[in-house]
Amino acid sequence: MKVPIISVKKIVAKYGENTVLKDVTVDIFPNEITVILGGSGCGKTTFIKNILQLYKPFSGSIKIFGEETVGLFPEEFNKILEKIGMLFQNGALLNSVNIFDNVSIPLEQHTVLPAEIIEKIIKVKLNLVNLGHVINLFPSELSGGMKKRAALARAIALDPEILFCDEPSAGLDPITSENLDNLILKLKEQLNMTIIIVTHELASIHRIANRIIFLDEGEVLFQGTLAEAKNCGIQEVEHFFEVGKFGD
Amino acid sequence: MKIIEKTLILQGEINKFTVPNLLNRWEKYTSQKLEYIDLEKVISIDSAGVAFLDVIQLKNQDSFRKLLNIPINISQTIKTFSSLEITVEAIKRERSGFIENIGNSFFKYKEAIVDISYLTTEVIFWSFVGIFNRKGQRKDSVIQQSILIGMEAIGIIGSLSLIFGLIMALQSAALLRQFGTEVFLADMIAVLMVREMGPILTAILVAGRSGSAIASEIATMKVTEEIDALKIMAIDPIRYVVVPKFNAITLCMPLLVTLSMIIGISGGLLISIFYLDLSIVTFVTRVLEVLTFSNILIALLKGVVFAWAIVIIGTYFGFKVEGGAEGVGKATTASVVASIFAVIVLDAIFSLEYLGG
Repeated sequence: MKVPIISVKKIVAKYGENTVLKDVTVDIFPNEITVILGGSGCGKTTFIKNILQLYKPFSGSIKIFGEETVGLFPEEFNKILEKIGMLFQNGALLNSVNIFDNVSIPLEQHTVLPAEIIEKIIKVKLNLVNLGHVINLFPSELSGGMKKRAALARAIALDPEILFCDEPSAGLDPITSENLDNLILKLKEQLNMTIIIVTHELASIHRIANRIIFLDEGEVLFQGTLAEAKNCGIQEVEHFFEVGKFGD
Repeated sequence: MKIIEKTLILQGEINKFTVPNLLNRWEKYTSQKLEYIDLEKVISIDSAGVAFLDVIQLKNQDSFRKLLNIPINISQTIKTFSSLEITVEAIKRERSGFIENIGNSFFKYKEAIVDISYLTTEVIFWSFVGIFNRKGQRKDSVIQQSILIGMEAIGIIGSLSLIFGLIMALQSAALLRQFGTEVFLADMIAVLMVREMGPILTAILVAGRSGSAIASEIATMKVTEEIDALKIMAIDPIRYVVVPKFNAITLCMPLLVTLSMIIGISGGLLISIFYLDLSIVTFVTRVLEVLTFSNILIALLKGVVFAWAIVIIGTYFGFKVEGGAEGVGKATTASVVASIFAVIVLDAIFSLEYLGG
């Protein structure tokens, strides 16, 4: 039996009095692409941010690489974060530095690799997302889609063991979106990455998802494979795939 | 890592943690010409490991032939992360020369002056039109802005004016006492506060408080596409966002200047009573004698002109913002610096009025 790389047990997340996640229990397995689905405002992004401690959960347990992370000191959690990459919804590139420097940040901060090797890694990572030519440009000089791809290059700079992607395909054209999916598959296959993606794009889900977690009003309605999801007998989940099948 | 007959034999994991050590060990072999790298015993590799292989191949490019015995599980990784076949050229930034920079600056300032002139005309026009036609403006926005710019600044302007009045009076009192001319303290404080310190102190505080707020608010609205959204809704952002601020500051500034002048002079009065033993009647009589109607009018006019400069400059830098959060910060800083500079230059121009005495 596979041991989960991330194990979330009964987490509750609140914004003030508003409970966003209610007793969410989820296992994420290594070398799989797990897609987190659900309607807007159902708590998908909060769920990811809870795992990454960008928001602290109100209660519950989160184990990453078998280690309990709730209550860890920031310095201890930072060691775990070094093995994790995150692609934010709007890229979150630093506007004050160019693309090369943006991608170099994790490499310079967390490795002792010489500049020559770092430069090669950056060029390769940017080339993988088809942005080899913008290495000297600043984020403000890039389109929304380019920013997102540059942010992905930064997220994979350290070849993380776990990669989180918050709506990676949103705002991208279908071709770029397909290329991004292919890259995500490549990362999973070649670097044994575990990838957790929040997305609504059904075409993308069909291409890459190994496992689906469906959230509704802060609760897990379903977790299992894509095929199981389509015939799970849960009305909300089946309806989600039914309504979106035009995009298949 | 070892070399046997021009073949570098690698083993184990080649990744971001082992590469620095491998590179150090590689330094010993740099004199040898390599033809092959044997990867048979390599268990795993990541992009740093592939970059390491690339570096070794490039350093031996005259003699190097190929990678040997690549395990199936790492061959695709090497293919994906190798930089050897990347042909994409990075866009190069052209660097301009010294003379070119001077020329660029000249055109930039010229453009800025033209833009500010247009902006001023537009704001004044819509402000005037707004008296007769309230369309295109937020309801009660002038009142809201007056509270923000005027009411909320009363505390800081009042307290700083009092402190300034006290400081100036104290500094001068000792000197005037030596010559037995204590009574002229009232004249001096009144003239200084009305002609100079009242308007300029108020303007600098308003520039720091409200000018920066105006610039950052408009810059943020532009960055977050709120300005575009207004345009799409066929609403003129100048009329909707800027004019209420312009009207509010035009109304508030003379009142704030008046407050500053009165409180500053009161500071002088306190020193006169408690340090120089002058009576209130003497002090007030001197103040009323020395101040003319035109002094007060010019002070209030100064306040209005400074206020307009602060709003226009804040608005200009707000609309000129480029980039994201960093751009907002730059626009705000630039607007405060430019507003204070403009206020001091305008004050110098007003001072010419007093050349004749």
